Amino acid sequence: MKRATWIRTLVIVGFVLLLEALCRWGAIGRMTMIPPSAMAEHLWKLLQEGRYNGDIVQTLRNVLAAFVLAVVGGFVLGSLLHAWPRARRAVDPFLATYYAIPFFAFYPLLVVIFGLNAAPVILIGFLFGVVAMILNTLNGLDRIPPVLVKTARIAGLGPLRTALLVKLPSAAPQLFTGIKLAIAYSFIGVIAAEFIMSTSGLGYSIAYAFNNFDNRTMYALMLFIIVLVTVVNAFFHVWERRIMARRGL
Amino acid sequence: MHRSSSDAAHAELKGVVRVYPAADGGKVHALGPVDLRLVPGEFYSIVGPSGCGKSTLLDVLAGLSAPTEGEVFFEGQPVAGKVPPGIGVVFQEDASFPWLTVEDNIAFGLRRAGVDGAEVDRRVSWAVGFMGLEDFRRAYPAQLSGGMRQRVCIARTLVTQPRLILLDEPFGALDAQTRLLMGDELLRLWRETGATVMLITHALDEAAMLSDRIGVMSARPGRLIADICTGWPRERDSRIAADEAFGAITSRLWGLLREESLKATGMAGAAR
Repeated sequence: MKRATWIRTLVIVGFVLLLEALCRWGAIGRMTMIPPSAMAEHLWKLLQEGRYNGDIVQTLRNVLAAFVLAVVGGFVLGSLLHAWPRARRAVDPFLATYYAIPFFAFYPLLVVIFGLNAAPVILIGFLFGVVAMILNTLNGLDRIPPVLVKTARIAGLGPLRTALLVKLPSAAPQLFTGIKLAIAYSFIGVIAAEFIMSTSGLGYSIAYAFNNFDNRTMYALMLFIIVLVTVVNAFFHVWERRIMARRGL
Repeated sequence: MHRSSSDAAHAELKGVVRVYPAADGGKVHALGPVDLRLVPGEFYSIVGPSGCGKSTLLDVLAGLSAPTEGEVFFEGQPVAGKVPPGIGVVFQEDASFPWLTVEDNIAFGLRRAGVDGAEVDRRVSWAVGFMGLEDFRRAYPAQLSGGMRQRVCIARTLVTQPRLILLDEPFGALDAQTRLLMGDELLRLWRETGATVMLITHALDEAAMLSDRIGVMSARPGRLIADICTGWPRERDSRIAADEAFGAITSRLWGLLREESLKATGMAGAAR
């Protein structure tokens, strides 16, 4: 392991141990936070009992749906905008200021339109992720060196094969950044939406535990989300590293 | 010399003009009218001031862009906005694909053209050996120097066995020593393949050293204002730089180009 990795691991382990100690010694009250070991223990118990399995599956399904829609939709919209500069100039200011809009404020409206089901939750996750994917798709397509496209033409490639064999791999690093952001935003959007107004899912379960002073369940589920998101991101990180290594970077 | 007045032009531009739409809605007259005949097997270079339309000329000849006026022929067939088989192009910019290894980069065009696997392997091995890339077959472009990457691009062009090789300032991004050595390799490649070569360069010494014949272009809109035959033997290398004639050719080129270069920079000043 590299030195930086050691230090990073040490910082995290040290922080968890410090929290554990502060909670155990009573410096942090039981009503404020439970020790990390108790979180893990309770989470294990909840998972064994299977009480929240339905909520977990539902949240994962919603995140997956929002993520896939954001990546596919963002890629298609980004490619269309890139091919149509006039439309792009028109929507550019909207894209640039998009993340200044607090979507969650529109949640009641979405519920009125779609009903109290998974659709508004998935839609919020999608809306959160799609623009990151659009922006990174545009960025990736902008950065394709024109000389590579010329090279494709000299090799006699038509527009479709040029797109698949030259443009797509050339834009891959930026597309990957878009995909990573889309997964993060999908998680944030879905869980936050569940938190506010849904009647099921992980976000809802945490809010429910919070409202009922059930600290142990609340912290156990929070821990679950942190571990889940870390694992998913680590997976994408390793995948990205592998792609970059193939380019000798 | 290699020039002949027979009809056997390998490639030909007739009255070619290229006009671009400008960003402000006007038009930029980039090139022409230009008439040019390339004789089979000759090494022809074009020198000219910066921004004179040299690269535009190459794009039109290669079929990468269509002329606004005039006609382009390659081996007697009109070139109509499509790159004809038999033409290979090497650019100044790094055109290697960063996601492919050296050998996959070199094989790219052949595989797309549906050449069978054994033949691809044979030609790639030959090109790898010819360009001195044996130790880097499985390396990625990011692991190579600029000169090495340019060799990869030249090898990728060579494996398609082009009969006309167009080079657009291929050594422009390289240091002076590497440029001289690459120039020697280009001469060797030209001799061994028997291809016709058209080299675009801003380096007068490079043109004087490598070419059978040199075309001098005017400031924009680029026209061919002079045609100089060097009279070098076919067997030659960078050592001819010590020859008296080399200095004479270089100074003659500069004599022709100095005024055009001044015009080019003067125009840039007036345009502001």
